[in-house]
Amino acid sequence: MTRDAQRRLLSLAVTSFCGLSVVIALVPLAMILFFVLSQGLGSLNLDFFTHMPLPVGEAGGGMANAIAGSLIVTGLGALFAIPVGLLAGIYAAEFAGSRLASAVRFAADTLNGVPSIVIGVFVYGLVVLPIKQFTAVAGGVALGIMMVPIIARTTEELLLLVPGGLREGALALGATRGRAIFTVVLPAAFPGIVTGIMLALARIAGETAPLLFTAFNNRFWSTRLDQPIATLTVQVYTYAISPYEDWHRQAWAGALVLVSLVLSCSVLARVATRRLERMQVGR
Amino acid sequence: MAGTRARVRIGGDLGFRLLTGGFAVLVIVIVIGIGFELWRQSQLSIQKFGFGFWATKTWDPVSGDFGALPFIWGTLYSSILALLISTPVALGIAIFLSELAPNWLKQPLGFLTELLAAIPSIVYGLWGIFVLVPWVRTLQLHMPALLKATPFFSGPPLGVGMLSAALILAVMVIPFSSSVAREVLKAVPVAQREAAYALGATQWEAIRAALFYARTGIIGAVMLGFGRALGETMAVTMLIGNNPQISWSLNAPQYTMAAVLANEFTEASDELYLHALIEIGLVLFIITLFVNVLSRLLIWSMARSMSPKARRVVAAPASEAA
Repeated sequence: MTRDAQRRLLSLAVTSFCGLSVVIALVPLAMILFFVLSQGLGSLNLDFFTHMPLPVGEAGGGMANAIAGSLIVTGLGALFAIPVGLLAGIYAAEFAGSRLASAVRFAADTLNGVPSIVIGVFVYGLVVLPIKQFTAVAGGVALGIMMVPIIARTTEELLLLVPGGLREGALALGATRGRAIFTVVLPAAFPGIVTGIMLALARIAGETAPLLFTAFNNRFWSTRLDQPIATLTVQVYTYAISPYEDWHRQAWAGALVLVSLVLSCSVLARVATRRLERMQVGR
Repeated sequence: MAGTRARVRIGGDLGFRLLTGGFAVLVIVIVIGIGFELWRQSQLSIQKFGFGFWATKTWDPVSGDFGALPFIWGTLYSSILALLISTPVALGIAIFLSELAPNWLKQPLGFLTELLAAIPSIVYGLWGIFVLVPWVRTLQLHMPALLKATPFFSGPPLGVGMLSAALILAVMVIPFSSSVAREVLKAVPVAQREAAYALGATQWEAIRAALFYARTGIIGAVMLGFGRALGETMAVTMLIGNNPQISWSLNAPQYTMAAVLANEFTEASDELYLHALIEIGLVLFIITLFVNVLSRLLIWSMARSMSPKARRVVAAPASEAA
């Protein structure tokens, strides 16, 4: 074989491998979705959403308490994280050149990389240990800390996409900086920021590790914030590692609910983001 | 009149800066607070074991003797194995999506690969227990004797163990490495490739030139995936077998730092046990911090020439599947 043919053959081999690697990555995705759908659909019914878990041996029952718990804990997380992330993001965008802004960006990226279980340990020491009680609030704080960097970075990047003319126009009309941001710039970036927050919420709702020793778990219906609370993810974990067939079915149903939630939010966010991008291009 | 107005304006600006700046500082305080709190809550263990904690093998809650080495080993070994499997695939995806794919395929395929990052860890774990582990067990049962004789495949075929954990980790980190590597490749000037083609390079030779140009960013992308793998908890806890031993064998059930926290934290009966577990959290925090900061610095050194959207993806890879 000539050297030239060798080079072309190598090129063909490598480029084919690159195409193949996309397939390699999509195979597990397809298999996971297939199993979650096929196993989950059979076990998912109305009872799953409206009934309480039943003791071992009794077939049926649902995860009503865990679904309510997940909503409460994720909601609490959003309540803590949205103000912090939003305002920190505004600072990073508006005072982009300052040293503090660089520090915030670095801190947010670092926080984004901290393992979720470590955040759980941190919140255990900070919130659970002093009052010697697992609480829904502690779970919310843990999820909130995970949401802060995502919201801060999304806010920052989207604010920077708003054309400078809008901000300058508001300032020229005599608005203070704060007023220009809150009444002109932020509303312009608002749809994108809401999309980012929705996506952060969906992702965080699928977290298990930071809840294991903050929100803990609860076999009963509880909406009290100062008590341990059941969540969908922790319940799926408990059921998955149990030896009971019926609980495994419940776990697959829970997984189906989680996956549909996260996937539908991802798809919605993508549609919204593309529309935003088209608007910006069309401007 | 004009004077008061100006003063209100300046006051308003200062108030705005203080308000947003205060929350910005809070983000920094949280990061420092995590390190400080973990250090403070693990004092008993730090004082009793010192640096020996990092290097001793015993983990005996009954007699109160703790060492983190098997967990550090399991975390590093599983993550490195995952990287060995995922890196070629992640780079292949990045190259295909940035250089080779036709335009109409780029966006949907990119979206699909990034969906891998959207699936919750617990779902990976569930699928792993009931689908992947039986497959791995079959594979281990039918492994040729020649391979079984090597230290990498010694021990009984249990299914759960290092191999299952490394495989699931590999799938989980692919989207993180590939999305960053893809943006890094996009930041390589087109002139680079055109120059290579003008010199008569084949497609692969031109890509190799681009890869070389982007090498710092590519290494950063791989390290970012490494950081993710180190801290991954649920799926690994469910698949690795949870046995604190140091072994090269992929068949052997082992343990990771994140997994021991997930399993034993609520069972810590005395204070020293709890402090030892929190110190494991501290060790994990320090290792991931080191890896992440290094990868950020590498990526940032490339990111200056990127578009804002590319920077967004690099800043929070796969946190938005856009």
